Amino acid sequence: MCALQPATCNLLLSTMPSSRDTILSKIRSALPQSSQLPDLAAVTNWQTFADPIEQFAAILKLVGGQAVRVRNLAEADAHLRIQDHWNGGKVRCSVVAGVGESTIDLNAIDDPHDLENVDFAVLQGHFAVAENAAIWVTDDTVRHRVLYFIPQHIAIVVPASQVVNNMHEAYSRMTVGKHAFAGFISGPSKTADIEQSLVIGAHGARSLIVYLVDDF
Amino acid sequence: MPHPALARQFTANRERAQWHDKALWFVREKRDRMAAAVPEWEQLREMASAIKAHTQSRLAEYLEQFEANAKKLGVVVHWATDAAEHNRIVLDILQRHKVQRLVKSKSMLTEECHLNPFLEKHGIEVVDTDLGERIVQLRHERPSHIVLPAIHIRKEEVGECFHEHLGTEKGASNPAYLTEAARQHLRERFCKADAGLTGVNFAIAETGGIVICTNEGNADLGVSLPKLHIACMGIEKLVPRAADLGVFLRLLARSATGQPITTYSSHFHGPRPGCEMHIVLVDNGRTEILRMPEFRRSLDCIRCGACMNTCPVYRRSGGHSYEATVPGPIGSILTPLQTPEKHSTLPFACSLCGSCTDVCPVKIDLHHQLYAMRGFLDRKRLIGGSKKLSMKIVSAVLSRTWLFNLVGKCARTSLRVLPRFMIYNPFNAWGKQRDLPDAPQKSFRQQFAARPTRNP
Repeated sequence: MCALQPATCNLLLSTMPSSRDTILSKIRSALPQSSQLPDLAAVTNWQTFADPIEQFAAILKLVGGQAVRVRNLAEADAHLRIQDHWNGGKVRCSVVAGVGESTIDLNAIDDPHDLENVDFAVLQGHFAVAENAAIWVTDDTVRHRVLYFIPQHIAIVVPASQVVNNMHEAYSRMTVGKHAFAGFISGPSKTADIEQSLVIGAHGARSLIVYLVDDF
Repeated sequence: MPHPALARQFTANRERAQWHDKALWFVREKRDRMAAAVPEWEQLREMASAIKAHTQSRLAEYLEQFEANAKKLGVVVHWATDAAEHNRIVLDILQRHKVQRLVKSKSMLTEECHLNPFLEKHGIEVVDTDLGERIVQLRHERPSHIVLPAIHIRKEEVGECFHEHLGTEKGASNPAYLTEAARQHLRERFCKADAGLTGVNFAIAETGGIVICTNEGNADLGVSLPKLHIACMGIEKLVPRAADLGVFLRLLARSATGQPITTYSSHFHGPRPGCEMHIVLVDNGRTEILRMPEFRRSLDCIRCGACMNTCPVYRRSGGHSYEATVPGPIGSILTPLQTPEKHSTLPFACSLCGSCTDVCPVKIDLHHQLYAMRGFLDRKRLIGGSKKLSMKIVSAVLSRTWLFNLVGKCARTSLRVLPRFMIYNPFNAWGKQRDLPDAPQKSFRQQFAARPTRNP
């Protein structure tokens, strides 16, 4: 690792510990009085919804996505096959068996750059959050995490039974740190950087369909 | 240049200043609607504030815990005492990987360290990938707002800029068309990049991971294609537990842009197989701020920009008038702490109205700190003579009832009898853009004393 530029590397190695120690000792000499860390689990009045699925769908619509409630994967598949973005896409792939199919072999792709031209990807979500239409996704269901971001359009399949009310419920049910990449996705990619005009489809997906599947 | 001089330049174009004011107020109103939709909003702010206070009180411990956990995940952790060391570390990593093309997502820290010009000087192509940041980069400007970097630019100007650099049609100003052009242009950059550099919204001590929030997905694309990811963060970005994110992610986007959450809230815990991930922890004056009891809570800032959107001075004077990486109310505390000589006018770009304090999601006592900052600069003898003199006069008047009454009477009389040109003289800054109200016959004291008494 240091073979390329030994001089710089030695410099780094010799300065790194001292910077670390300098910073930590400066902090230790200036610490404010200790104060209590709030017990989040003890809070009982976090926001809940009479119908979390309905709330999820309403918020998803607000952020530019579309929620579709289906009884089973076959219904999701049937719905997908009448979507223009799916039908118009040349390169398509799915990681959810029974919903769509792949025109490329995802497991044969070693370099994530080769996914640049994916038009549509069907992905798997673990659970959804009603208050903000966020869906928790992890990198163990895809070989390349870029598949969440690079396709022109995506659909995410989530069990309808797995819709929690709020972010506190969300964090209480997952192990953060288990996956090198995991995250919440809420709606398609967007920007309002030009005069505050909302434009859907900044760098990531231009559209998002979320299938909430009863029997999954 | 002092803030008043730069603000004057901005307000010279009245139409643009009014448009800027309205655009930001629109964001503030969206934030209000979102906050009102969460019944426990105030409780969340209290929690966020308490979590930050606790984290500060054990910051060294949590940093060590974070470092140890990040290393276990295979992340290389670096420490930088100042901007120069931070820049050297980043350059060194890039050179060792022979990086020629770097894609960056938003990081106020690297703005603070002036990383871009430093890397460019060493022959590395740096592309800011957030749309707003790309616009200001192409225009050779700096962001004027921490969340909305191009809020000061009109769509026609973006059109001109893109026509010149991206070859869009001349005269085009449709935001959807321009965004699409930027998408195509930046996709190519993403795919050709040798490394991705990001900021950090939150770092989790108990897991050693970092969280990055964007709407565009630019941070995610930037670090999911190349084999090298460098994340740069100030040491104050830590939270102790992953569960704390439940509080902060509920507050951040609602406060920033009035969205329920950002489109992407990505949790990174280690490199992809066969790739490298580096985290640079930067002090650059933060430990000095931690030492100052009256200002240390300014380190709690999660960079949502809500204080800017609500600030009557920021909205009307524009972000560039602060000449600071972080403008607005929070910037008027953080910046003079780092460079008091250069930024001594900033805490006076404030009417102490307290609106910033009301909207701050982590309950920083912003307007109290802005007031304290004036004293801080005075102790450093950085307050101008005319400001000190006028304060002395006002103080003398306000502390003597008889003098206050006399001055009040003189003022009421002169407003009535003096000719217009004498009232609106060059010393009357207040009267430059507005008329003074009609002077009442009697003072408030007189009116109060003469009020009809109620029956007991």
